[in-house]
Amino acid sequence: MLSKRNKEVLFNPLSKDNPVLVQILGICSALAVTVKLEPAIVMGLSVIVVLACSNVIISLMRKTIPTSIRIIVQLVVVAALVIMVQQFLQAFSYDVSKQLSVFVGLIITNCILMGRLEAFALSNKPWPSFLDGVGNGLGYMIVLVIVAFFRELLGSGTLFGLQVIPQWCYEHGYMNNGLMILPPMALITAACIIWVHRSRNKDLQENNK
Amino acid sequence: MEHLNLFVKSIFIDNMIFAYFLGMCSYLAVSKNVKTALGLGSAVTFMLVVTIPLNYLLDKYVLQEGALIEGVDLGFLGLILFIAVIASATQLVEMVVEKFAPALYNSLGIFLPLIAVNCAILGGALFMQQREFGGVGEATVYGLGSGLGWLLAIVGLAAIREKIAYSNIPPALRGVGITFIITGLMGIAFMSFLGIKL
Repeated sequence: MLSKRNKEVLFNPLSKDNPVLVQILGICSALAVTVKLEPAIVMGLSVIVVLACSNVIISLMRKTIPTSIRIIVQLVVVAALVIMVQQFLQAFSYDVSKQLSVFVGLIITNCILMGRLEAFALSNKPWPSFLDGVGNGLGYMIVLVIVAFFRELLGSGTLFGLQVIPQWCYEHGYMNNGLMILPPMALITAACIIWVHRSRNKDLQENNK
Repeated sequence: MEHLNLFVKSIFIDNMIFAYFLGMCSYLAVSKNVKTALGLGSAVTFMLVVTIPLNYLLDKYVLQEGALIEGVDLGFLGLILFIAVIASATQLVEMVVEKFAPALYNSLGIFLPLIAVNCAILGGALFMQQREFGGVGEATVYGLGSGLGWLLAIVGLAAIREKIAYSNIPPALRGVGITFIITGLMGIAFMSFLGIKL
């Protein structure tokens, strides 16, 4: 079930081959939903589900899809899955789906999906494709959660909506950093994560430019 | 006046990149020099101007509750229809660019077909649906405005990246890291337009 190669497929995307930090895919929707932890986690889970399922489906069909129309086939598969996720969220957690607004729909155009379908699912068996989907989805979710953690902690002083910065801090003049709630800070937080990540993995650094 | 307000708002305040991070993938990859950035920016603007009114009409006459068949809500088909319109429009633009501007076609390379999966285009359609514009004119203005906003952002970033090519950046920040920070700072600058109303 979990041979050595499959393990690599599952765990490499978590850090060494992280879709967001290293391959720079899927930034589009990654950062817009990171003001609070809860929507970030829901978004991450939705991406994991869509990515794993679409990887398996495309992998099952990989021998029957003509190469010339594969992008359209992929888009249709992904769109159908995203619609299901969207309807599910609207039915079972309406508030979060309101917060995520258009970004659930935008999973369709998330570059991670297209990238993984093209690069992995089209040339691998269903089981490794499934693991690859879960791994990349998790890698995406980890980044989202880290960014959301710092933004919610520093920006609103809460985690999952519960206050964590004690009241006496505020009484002694501590203030929430309103800047962290603004969209540009998501980028700068992500840049700091990339900075730390690349300082620890020297081989990922870009030398020219 | 209403239209002008919407236009300015969609360029500066609701900027696709700085406020919603839409279309970041191609934004990061194609912003190495100003000329290509300009080409891609115009292609995206064009696509938004074409697809947003089309999708608006689709939304109004097909998707909304009771629009096509009495009592049937086809809203859940929205995503698939939008992406189909966008994919076919992209194909069209690709053919036109290949015929009339081969140099641009070559320099854009893989990113032209990838406009189909550019979040900015689908995002534009979804925001259009969410904001319930009054008419096709408003939708077109919104498309043009957000396209120009995207163009402005990518050209600005490309110009800055050309300049910083020789600066001494910490090795771990080179490439993507510094680009993120620059985009963030540009975004903060754009925040100052917040609340402008014509």
